[in-house]
Amino acid sequence: MSHLSIFVILPIAFSFWISLQDWNVMKGTIQYVGFSQYQSLATNAQFWGSVVNSLLYTALSVPLGMAVSIVVALLVSQPIKGANLFRTLYFIPSVCSTVAVSMMWIYIYLPQTGMINSLTKLFGLKDIDFLNDVSWALPALAFMSVWTNLGPRMIIYVAGLLSVPPAQYEAAQLDGAGAWTRFWKVSWPALAPTNAFVLLTGTIASLQLFTPVYMMTKGGPLYSTDVVGYHIFVEAWKKFHLSTASAQSFVLLAVVALCSWMQWKLFRKQAESYE
Amino acid sequence: MKNVSIYLGLTLLAVFLAMPFVWSLFVSLHESRSAIPEFSKIVPGRPHWENYKTVVLNEQVPVLRFFINSLIVSVFVVIGQLFVCSSAAFALARLPFRGRDLVFALFLGTMMFSGTVVQVPLYLIVRQLSWLDTYFALIMPSVGSAFGVFLLRQFFLQIPREIDEAARLDGANEWTLYWKLLLPVSKPALGTLGAFAFIATWTDFFWPLIATSSLEMRTVEVGLSIFKNSYGGTNWPLQNTAAVVALIPVLVVFLCLQRFFVRGITLGSGK
Repeated sequence: MSHLSIFVILPIAFSFWISLQDWNVMKGTIQYVGFSQYQSLATNAQFWGSVVNSLLYTALSVPLGMAVSIVVALLVSQPIKGANLFRTLYFIPSVCSTVAVSMMWIYIYLPQTGMINSLTKLFGLKDIDFLNDVSWALPALAFMSVWTNLGPRMIIYVAGLLSVPPAQYEAAQLDGAGAWTRFWKVSWPALAPTNAFVLLTGTIASLQLFTPVYMMTKGGPLYSTDVVGYHIFVEAWKKFHLSTASAQSFVLLAVVALCSWMQWKLFRKQAESYE
Repeated sequence: MKNVSIYLGLTLLAVFLAMPFVWSLFVSLHESRSAIPEFSKIVPGRPHWENYKTVVLNEQVPVLRFFINSLIVSVFVVIGQLFVCSSAAFALARLPFRGRDLVFALFLGTMMFSGTVVQVPLYLIVRQLSWLDTYFALIMPSVGSAFGVFLLRQFFLQIPREIDEAARLDGANEWTLYWKLLLPVSKPALGTLGAFAFIATWTDFFWPLIATSSLEMRTVEVGLSIFKNSYGGTNWPLQNTAAVVALIPVLVVFLCLQRFFVRGITLGSGK
């Protein structure tokens, strides 16, 4: 049976082998430079700026996305007719290509005639050029991701809510607990493993954000949306500093691994305490 | 009363989610090269359906070719993943070998390696193999999906081993077990994986962006961004037309396979 395993592991090793291939040597002309890439990286302010941006973006988009998804999951889990239809509808944004979605949202965020500004104008609010405003660009992208990722997150939470034994809700109701209390005391603790999963996958994905930045802001204005994923792209394919980009990729990988590890530990602790 | 407020909430949300699409659709029907329409004038006086012809049968940008590329790549990735991931999942779920758990943990670990993290080394490897700007570069790296292995392994583990034993008593070897027994039973899981893989490959932007360079090899995603940048830089209606055109295949696939998506997410999160 070893042939099957080998044949199978090979393409997957493609991805795995890459970590071994992650030298900071550019094949071709440049000679081996050792660890100096990492040394210069330590003083590369722009790179670390992009790391901060990525963390900021993640902090903005993931918790908000989780909260919205939970609320939607609760709504959709109500015993009403047509819940399934709504569920399917809510899933559609997430299967759409990020490129097309980015193009649509550029339009939404346009100053004066964009969807949001057209509506806020009716309330007399100030016109905001979201994508060109240093303080609004990153939050704008984060908000967009809530819309995009709602579908899968919602489904996961629906599944998580379904795993709570109805008897617990009944017991709580008998004790006179209102809906709000029922949520916090019964649903929320039971959702601990689900929360951990959504948090973990959301973080990993957010840290690698690329397409909306490429399509909508190109890292601007003034590098406020220059996230690590985009920064590495520019470094590698616009400036052709492949070795620098490699080193930066490694750092990104370390950050992703660190976040994953931290959340994994949290997950184990929560899952165990629930049992 | 409670139901009314729930319906209200659901509908408002649906409106919120649908608005970008509806907006885009309306704008795409405005006259090409016209100014950005104001909110109150969003519905065009006369729908300019010819915008769609301009986009699809475009002379400067080979849109149809993009679609063919995306289709070829997506289909082959799906086929590849179904075979590769099911074999791996089979090995991990049914065949005891030393270090099996470690291998599985490694597979899980590779889920952290994706797109932006591995771009540079993957590009170098692909270049070394002279696969740049070919279908191979677009198909091969995606064939071994850790997510796919994970999903199928979960599924296989739930199939009772009695079936295996009964088959072995009838003289079946591993290959027969895999091919004639496990796979047919796993159709729902395979369908799910296929649906996910298709959408993920079709909507993949980053990798095709750096793996292809010639216009003829680009996929729909990349082509769409090219369209935005070069052709209709400020031609809003046409850009939205392109976006809608790019979205249609995905929506069609999704609507046909929607039950697979819902099932797949819950399978993946281990519930």
